[in-house]
Amino acid sequence: MKKIINNVENIVPEMVSGLVRSNSDLVEEIPGTTAVVRADAKFASADQVGIVSGGGSGHEPLHAGFVGDGMLSAAVAGEVFTSPTPDQIYEAIKAVDKGKGVLLIVKNYSGDVMNFDMAKEMAEAEDIKIGTVIVDDDISVENSEFTQGKRGVAGTVLVEKILGAAARAGKSLEDLVNLGKSVINNTKTIGIALKAATVPAVGHPGFDLKDDEIEFGIGIHNERGYSVEKIQPSKQLSEELVAKIIDEFDDKTGKFAVLINGMGGTPLMEQYIFANDTFDNLKAKNIDVGYSRVGNMVTSLDMVGISLTIMKVEPQWIDWLNEPATTIAW
Amino acid sequence: MQLTLDEATKWINSFVEKIEHNSATLNELDTAIGDGDHGTNMDRGAKAISEALSKKSPENLSELLKTTAFAMIQKVGGASGPLYGTALLDMSKAAKENDDLAALVQVGADGIKRRGQSDVKMKTMIDVWQPVADDLQAGSLSTDQVTAALNSTKDMVATKGRASYLEEKSAGHLDPGSQSSAYLFESLVEVIGG
Repeated sequence: MKKIINNVENIVPEMVSGLVRSNSDLVEEIPGTTAVVRADAKFASADQVGIVSGGGSGHEPLHAGFVGDGMLSAAVAGEVFTSPTPDQIYEAIKAVDKGKGVLLIVKNYSGDVMNFDMAKEMAEAEDIKIGTVIVDDDISVENSEFTQGKRGVAGTVLVEKILGAAARAGKSLEDLVNLGKSVINNTKTIGIALKAATVPAVGHPGFDLKDDEIEFGIGIHNERGYSVEKIQPSKQLSEELVAKIIDEFDDKTGKFAVLINGMGGTPLMEQYIFANDTFDNLKAKNIDVGYSRVGNMVTSLDMVGISLTIMKVEPQWIDWLNEPATTIAW
Repeated sequence: MQLTLDEATKWINSFVEKIEHNSATLNELDTAIGDGDHGTNMDRGAKAISEALSKKSPENLSELLKTTAFAMIQKVGGASGPLYGTALLDMSKAAKENDDLAALVQVGADGIKRRGQSDVKMKTMIDVWQPVADDLQAGSLSTDQVTAALNSTKDMVATKGRASYLEEKSAGHLDPGSQSSAYLFESLVEVIGG
């Protein structure tokens, strides 16, 4: 294993510190935690529902890279691939509550769900109103080794963008929870891996794929997928994912948003080639793309691979996706 | 029977020692049907408990349980932290009104069920907590009873928790969370006598 790190124990605090120091106009650390909160001038007077997300580290720029005006109010970083603890989440909640309540955006993993749930109870004991939405956009496996039900993956970033814009527009906590549920129900993702991620504390890739093998349906913590196959041209990879995802939508009319997400070790060149094929494959199925985005948004350390997220959108959601957000990575 | 602060202190200290001594065993059990870090995570919690209790001696049972709960919640992470943390925190709240041991352990078991959205027979730590609570309610607890509860998890098929994705393959292995819970109640038997 070759990585640009110091002591494995200090990876997360050192990363958070570097992120904050290089973006001090946007984010600051919440003292005594590895959570970051908005530091921009507008935040002090922002009269809106606060939004907190977080999870294990290793998915950067998610979540801290999406803290700022128009997206998240704060993000909590846990150990690598390990949920953050409730006390840290609670500190983030307190830091963003403006009296209108706080929305928690949680990816569907047992540890995350439980830790955020505890933080919610701590906050409610202090009379802070809490709403929660749980993102479970991965349609490749129903139950995985880390969750009951479907996993939360790249679609999370689109959920954060839409809810962040809606919160800025003054939506109530209850409205945001309902909107979140509706957005999540219309968001579907599948990922593929060419090479597994190497967790620093482990030192070797989480699973083995031969030089000519890829795996369909992987998660963002080296969870195995639904099949290992020989590498194929991008066109065919895209065709498999598009077919599987579009098949899941009962109603194929209206507009769709598309996110092509690099898993951390995939050159942008390849992501654009895959995007090109994906637009062709969607067109062949008469799918009307109203919004698209390509890039490394929800990574899995150094995993080589890509994920495709497709969301059936309402016109208002497209506006919210297109609105500018002042964050490190959007 | 009533649980005194002195007994509870000895109980927690003994549990900390058992976890530190057996963290490799817990990791091994967790490698078979989970992600292999249950011992490492619990050991982090055990060290945090020792540190917290050495900083400030609790003045009553509720405070002792709360200090222990917070150490677990802040340091263990994953799913074990919230599960043990919830059990101990609920016990701490209940201990303000009632120091009956059987009632407290039942409160803890209920807390784990609530947090994990689980119940008995799912191959989780509840399969140790609930039988132990029942035995205490019936008036006795022995090491053999704790071991019997732990061993009952071996043939179960996991339907909740990290092992559930293995389905039938999870049978034949002890549940790691049940093993760490068994250490907890073995320590209790040592203190109150079987």
